[in-house]
Amino acid sequence: MIQISPHAEAALTCTLDERSLYLRRLVLGSVRSAGRGHVGPALSLIEMVRVLYDDVLRIDPQNPQDPHRDRAILSKGHGCLALYALLADRGFFPLSELDGFCGSDSILGGHPEYGMVPGVEASTGALGHGLSIGVGLALAARMRERSYRTFVLLGDGEINEGSVWEAAMGAAKHGLDNLVAMIDYNKLQSYGPTDYVLPLEPLADKWRSFGFAVQEVNGHDVAALRTVLKQVPAVPGKPTAVICHTVKGKGLPAAESNADWHHKNKLSDSELDAIRVAVGDF
Amino acid sequence: MRNTAMNMVHKLAARDERVLYIGSDPGAGTLRAMSKEFPKRHLIEGISEAHIIGMSAGLAMEGFVPYVNTIATFLTRRCYEQVAVDLCLHNLPVRLIANGGGLVYAPLGPTHQAIEDIAIMRALPNMTVICPCDADEAARMMEHTLDWKGPIYIRLGKGGDAIVSKAEHGFEIGKAILMRPPGDVLMVTTGIMLQRALAAADLLAAQGVRAGILHMHTVKPLDTEALLQAIRGVKLLATLEEHVPSGGLGSAVAETLIDKLGSGLPAMLRLSLPDRFMHNYGSQDSLLKKHGLSANAIATSIEHALAASRTSAPQLHST
Repeated sequence: MIQISPHAEAALTCTLDERSLYLRRLVLGSVRSAGRGHVGPALSLIEMVRVLYDDVLRIDPQNPQDPHRDRAILSKGHGCLALYALLADRGFFPLSELDGFCGSDSILGGHPEYGMVPGVEASTGALGHGLSIGVGLALAARMRERSYRTFVLLGDGEINEGSVWEAAMGAAKHGLDNLVAMIDYNKLQSYGPTDYVLPLEPLADKWRSFGFAVQEVNGHDVAALRTVLKQVPAVPGKPTAVICHTVKGKGLPAAESNADWHHKNKLSDSELDAIRVAVGDF
Repeated sequence: MRNTAMNMVHKLAARDERVLYIGSDPGAGTLRAMSKEFPKRHLIEGISEAHIIGMSAGLAMEGFVPYVNTIATFLTRRCYEQVAVDLCLHNLPVRLIANGGGLVYAPLGPTHQAIEDIAIMRALPNMTVICPCDADEAARMMEHTLDWKGPIYIRLGKGGDAIVSKAEHGFEIGKAILMRPPGDVLMVTTGIMLQRALAAADLLAAQGVRAGILHMHTVKPLDTEALLQAIRGVKLLATLEEHVPSGGLGSAVAETLIDKLGSGLPAMLRLSLPDRFMHNYGSQDSLLKKHGLSANAIATSIEHALAASRTSAPQLHST
């Protein structure tokens, strides 16, 4: 019998503050402009990305290639709308770029591209790549005696990929305590529940057994995320896994825990109205 | 060739602190001397090729030049998406040193025989593909890998291949080497097929047929200029490769000629392995012989194709 984490229950009932609603308006504005986008995967991710970019990462939007910056890789590249909203809001590029999402001349594609989007550290979209790249970045920091940290955001469906677990073994082998894997555990992948598609539980035990120090948190609780992420590494000498219990489509009642909102390629008038009701005019 | 290439990694590492060796689970003692001299830059990361490629990408993003080494099939088939996305899309200077290109691992069967590696690596934007012909050329080639922009796939033969390259020919990535001047025939080779081409050229010469040899150690980028120069006046162009007919050297040459010449192509003979997995074992030599890639068979095929080209309009031949 699978125990439902109290963090997962808290994620369902957690209310969103004005900044979280604002970021959702940015995300949904991009979706409206493009007529498409991975809505659910972005909405589950927003507070994870928000806390990283607002409170944790040592970064300078005016100097995105600073060799001493912290690195963050959105390994679940399909959640890029959340990342784009944060990067634009933090000044990596103008907010007006968000309106061009997926346009033929836009820098913002349906998956983030390194070299195209200021602040994007790696091109992702094919799943199961980011943690290995993160291991390389973290190992390089160790070898170069640099103090930057590497954060990799993974989807729960994404960790179906065996390469993620190869990377986990590699991170543990090297004792990369400058590496943090954040899992967006919204429990719903493209087809349906993760527990149906490929059960992940016991997920925390899996990461622990692969050599990670594990933290679990309500992934929509900004204060709790701050506390956890400001205390990495959770255990010196070990990479950290932060399992963020989230709700797919969080903040948009029609989309919450609804696999039909994994990806949308058009929004009806009634769906647009529902978004306005949920997050305000956007 | 393999030991030479490995030792060159050590030599380059001694010169340049960006150089890393990353093996999956290579033979015991691989680069032992380097592991002692530079333990932090000699990494053995396990049978996890997908991860190793991604990790190498991360290291390369931070300024390292990783030389990743394992068996050719595992370095190409297993982790193709990582090679495409992590290395080629990001255009990172990771070097893939592929042991046992072609049929080197003949006795180990089709899982270990890299017969389509050139095609699938060549198809990737930003990838460079090099097939040295012997240990001496491998050593010269490795010198040029340090500062080459973007990823490189290096297809190695086995150890002890006959030395047929010459120091005076030098080595430059993307520059073919004219080993013998063209006559009625021009053979274009890559990798260890150069040995066989040289022997075949001798056999043809004994029959009064002058056959030139253009050694195309770099299959991508293909040296178009050298190819177009060498085929002038040639009646038959033959490509030789230890590879399936699709997508390898013969394809690259044919594509280039069609793109550059459009019409008036020379008669062309593509000598390659068949389009199937090998279900015979034995040795590299025995399998090459079985599939018409011994010097004798090459010379015979060329003689027949040359005769056919004299009695008919230019046409494409294929084995």
